[in-house]
Amino acid sequence: MPNTAYIILIPLLPLAGFALLGLFGRRYLKSFAGVLGTSLVLISTALALWTAYQYFSAETYSQIIPLKLTWLIFSPGLSIDMSIILDPISVMMIVVVTLISLLVHTFSLGYMKGETRYATYYAFLNLFTFSMLGLVLSGNLFETYIFWELVGCSSFLLIGFYFDRPTAVAAAKKAFIVTRFADLGFLVGILILSFHAETLDIRTLIGRLTAPSPQLTNITTVSFLGISALSWGLVLVFIGGAGKSAMFPLHIWLPDAMEGPTPVSALIHAATMVVAGVYLVARLYPVYAHAGPAVLDVVLYIGALSALLAAIIACTQSDIKRVLAYSTMSQIGYMMFALGAHGYTASMFHLFTHAFFKALLFLCAGVIIHNVHSNEMKDMGGPRKLLPLTHACFLIACLAISGIPPFAGFFSKEDILLAAWNDNHLIYYIGLFTSGLTAFYMFRLYFSIFWNKPTEGHPHKTPLTESIPLVILAIGALSAGWIPFSRFVTADGKPEPGHGISVFAIAPVALALIGIATAGYLYRKETSRPQRAAAAFKGFYQFAYHKFYIDEVYTFITKKIIFNGIGRPAAWIDRNIVDGLMNLLATITTRIAAGIKGIQSGKVQDYTLYFFTGIVGLAVLFIYIYT
Amino acid sequence: MNQVPLTHILIVSTALFFIGMYGLFTRRNLITMLMSIELILNSVNINFIAFNRYLYPQRLEGVFFTLFIIAIAAAEAAVAIAIIINLYRNFHSIDVETADEMKF
Repeated sequence: MPNTAYIILIPLLPLAGFALLGLFGRRYLKSFAGVLGTSLVLISTALALWTAYQYFSAETYSQIIPLKLTWLIFSPGLSIDMSIILDPISVMMIVVVTLISLLVHTFSLGYMKGETRYATYYAFLNLFTFSMLGLVLSGNLFETYIFWELVGCSSFLLIGFYFDRPTAVAAAKKAFIVTRFADLGFLVGILILSFHAETLDIRTLIGRLTAPSPQLTNITTVSFLGISALSWGLVLVFIGGAGKSAMFPLHIWLPDAMEGPTPVSALIHAATMVVAGVYLVARLYPVYAHAGPAVLDVVLYIGALSALLAAIIACTQSDIKRVLAYSTMSQIGYMMFALGAHGYTASMFHLFTHAFFKALLFLCAGVIIHNVHSNEMKDMGGPRKLLPLTHACFLIACLAISGIPPFAGFFSKEDILLAAWNDNHLIYYIGLFTSGLTAFYMFRLYFSIFWNKPTEGHPHKTPLTESIPLVILAIGALSAGWIPFSRFVTADGKPEPGHGISVFAIAPVALALIGIATAGYLYRKETSRPQRAAAAFKGFYQFAYHKFYIDEVYTFITKKIIFNGIGRPAAWIDRNIVDGLMNLLATITTRIAAGIKGIQSGKVQDYTLYFFTGIVGLAVLFIYIYT
Repeated sequence: MNQVPLTHILIVSTALFFIGMYGLFTRRNLITMLMSIELILNSVNINFIAFNRYLYPQRLEGVFFTLFIIAIAAAEAAVAIAIIINLYRNFHSIDVETADEMKF
């Protein structure tokens, strides 16, 4: 690729949008804000697509560093650089991020019209796009961390966009605190890895930690609690990724994050930001793969557990956005365990296809919520004829996520299950069962929204700004699976031939069809069947309905153990010892002041007396002492 | 010619100084207090003149100092009387005890 300096524009254009809209948006650009924000992202998207075309048509998928600025130099050899890295996954990610972001920007033109903070909304969306692009392009671990936090910050701002709703404020706070908590792990992980590898540059770090080198010997011999520093670093980095990607047990913020505007959920909490954790593990994948099976097993089991738990919870929830949130968590669990099972390409492929159908599901949910004015499934049923386009798109997305051929999800899920089969049979069966559950809960959602009740009301016209993104995403959900992904993205950068569709695909598709049929049987018409089914699994249903009481466990740990065991003693020390010292000083000062304030009596003759006393004193001093 | 000894003059000036001090501390009327201050200044003047005359008769610094002090005392009297008039306008009295509002 010859001239690549223009790549810096891809993240900088949204940053310019953020600065313009943030500074002048509310006063001068109010009605123009959406168009401005969207057109800047449009240019970014065009540049990203051009980059991808150039990169993948060159057929040599090496890592390219088109730009590198040395920023903070701590010592010779250790500096924090701002660099851009181009390799298959970052090019794939900039395409996904700019494309989904563009579609969400367009969708919001109509969807968010009339909001008082319309310009602010676009400023935040642009900020998010900038930070996410910076995150995927960064070639330095510390730079990644900076953008990682920026992404978290813009997510916080957008979840709490409706700051007059207490639930939104609480959700924003929860997301921020939980992910910050995980980011601490990430930061410590970065420090461990870079301390031992003596570099922050990702390429150099991977090079030093995967080939025999003094750094590798050092990091594997230093150990803490019987685990080597390398494993600690990688596990801590994974904890950061798990927080952002809503992996068990740090997933509790994601369902609550649905308080944000629906297009935001589509962009941040479904398609882009939540896969940052997967991207991070993929970015350091050579190190993970080289470090031995123990660390990858952590990724594997956490991913599989999250996929399964989230799928079970999704079957019981009634708020459509929450169902989608749990389904996101479940799909990200898929990507994680695919990485854990050495299915690098499969994981990235699923990330790519998932972005399309999950963004599509959320945008459809946005249209439905706008028309029904409710998030609850029971208030819906029957807008099939009223919203024919949305219905078709939603159906496509449901089929795609359920893994029905020939939709996108089928191909990527096949790859993941194949990778799991080759690595660990237990994980394969969990993944298989989860894919059946996925089909069940997605079609439970579909039937409850569109079929459950007879149609009433008049057809609504979906504005063009909303229908175009839906159609584009639907095309993506239909066709993204046909991309020969393994030719472009592989762990070692060498193209592999696709393995095609094997007999292996029969089991998951059959399970998915069973799931769909069960959902149809239970939810197609309004009957008492769902209640009876729930009653049959009463205890377990309640357990899953309350999200396995994970939130309650967190509340118990924070309120009962941390507050009582650490918070209260700390508060006591603060109130009695720290404050006590200050109060003591203040009391002494007050007492002394009360004692001597009578001197300032306001009487001229008193002052004269003091004056003469002073003079006499000085006279005595000079005459008798300093003679 | 029988000169008056220096000590006699110093006794007069000291007496004058302490009479002035006594007046400054005991009187409540501002005009009287001003007069007491004049007494103190004059006692100092007497000292200057006396020391000049008895110790350095050929020099004139003490005399000039006294002239300056008289001039400044005149200016000070003008300022003090202006202050007293303002005080009277505000408190309808020139008793120094009434003007004790500037306190803690």
